[in-house]
Amino acid sequence: MDWGALHTILGGVNKHSTSIGKIWLTVLFIFRIMILVVAAEKVWGDEQQDFVCNTLQPGCRNVCYDHFFPISHIRLWALQLIFVSTPALLVAMHVAYRRHEKKRQFRKGDQKCEFKDIEEIRKQRFRIEGSLWWTYTSSIFFRLIFEAVFMYAFYFMYDGFRMPRLMKCNAWPCPNTVDCFVSRPTEKTVFTIFMIAVSSICILLNVAELCYLLTKFFLRRSKKAGNSKQQPNHENKEETKQNEMNELISDSCQNTVIGFSS
Amino acid sequence: MSWVFLRDLLSGVNKYSTGIGRIWVAVVFMFRLLVYVAAAENIWKREHDEFECNIKQPGCENVCFDHFFPVSHIRLWALQLIMVSTPSLLVVFHVAYRENREKHHNQKLYKNPGKIDGGLLRTYLISLILKTGLEIVFLVLFYKLYNGFKIPRLVKCDIKPCPNTVDCYISKPTEKMIFLYFLVATSCLCILLNLSELSYLIFKYSIKCYLKRHVKKQQ
Repeated sequence: MDWGALHTILGGVNKHSTSIGKIWLTVLFIFRIMILVVAAEKVWGDEQQDFVCNTLQPGCRNVCYDHFFPISHIRLWALQLIFVSTPALLVAMHVAYRRHEKKRQFRKGDQKCEFKDIEEIRKQRFRIEGSLWWTYTSSIFFRLIFEAVFMYAFYFMYDGFRMPRLMKCNAWPCPNTVDCFVSRPTEKTVFTIFMIAVSSICILLNVAELCYLLTKFFLRRSKKAGNSKQQPNHENKEETKQNEMNELISDSCQNTVIGFSS
Repeated sequence: MSWVFLRDLLSGVNKYSTGIGRIWVAVVFMFRLLVYVAAAENIWKREHDEFECNIKQPGCENVCFDHFFPVSHIRLWALQLIMVSTPSLLVVFHVAYRENREKHHNQKLYKNPGKIDGGLLRTYLISLILKTGLEIVFLVLFYKLYNGFKIPRLVKCDIKPCPNTVDCYISKPTEKMIFLYFLVATSCLCILLNLSELSYLIFKYSIKCYLKRHVKKQQ
């Protein structure tokens, strides 16, 4: 049981994401989760064992460590990654619900259902429009909020992103002001800055995706308004079908380029 | 044998759940199981080694630790996760029983063996009640064992062989408290989800029953 299970779930959502969404997912898994598991956990692995205070007073080290690190960096990152991945579940649930409805239609033998068998419904890729657009956009919005909140919490709790070498502590039972030394401060600072940088990249990707979706939405609306004024319905259907085909072709090209499969 | 088994169990349960049931599975998986494995386990990893008492008397630390932590938080958390996920197995077993029956009699006895009606509805409701009950039991256990959900920095211990009252310091108390509150919050959320699913199912099927009876009377 590890982050692999999360990968399975989010991989399913990947099929229905935009190209920017696929890039975001790649960045999340390679530059954040993998780095966390493979490298960062080892850097913070011995944090309390090697947190040394210049005193023999029993308990002083525990108390000082607790005072300076109310919640460890590594745990904050793990929580951040979990919270940031959760909104994608909304999209996964919506897609599953739509699939369920289509399967129900198919079973009832509805004429409107254009699929030949259940396998096609299972493999179908839904386009981001209608209610799915709203779910997808709100999931991006929540992602942005969670990222921002965690970055702020980080900055607030640790007074910036630098890990000092020395901390002065005078919490009881330390007899006087005592020098405490953090283990591997430079390495921890490097990883902290790396994680913050990748978080910022993810925030930028989310903002770009949001703008892209909004632009697409408004363009589609203005096209619909324009079309309904000018031409009769049967010509409109031909055009929209051609547009859909063009979009599917361009999306499948992007799929092969990025090559992220679930 | 590890948490992968529980993950597979939850995915299996998902198939036969209502919408709210699926949200419950997602919450248990993402906010409880994943947080436990990815974050919480490591906080409590060296709790005994880092538990320090202000004394050199051999055995005093061991005895004091045992007195203040009869069952570690993290073990209680793991037990809670396992117990709370298990009642869903009843539903899976019932569906398997239905499918077996169909195979045995070689004819279609149920319109859809996975649909929640009749006996399966009763099993589903029982599993929901069990889940909620177990959640509440564990929350009460946490509260009673540890005098609330606070973890103090310092505990005073005077059990033999400690010569006098001795100061003992718990490691990472703030971090442990934050995750304990997180556990309590997600438990309460799961209890709410279970209760709303219970009321939804009872409401839905009472309306169905009432309508059936109404139609029969009219005929």
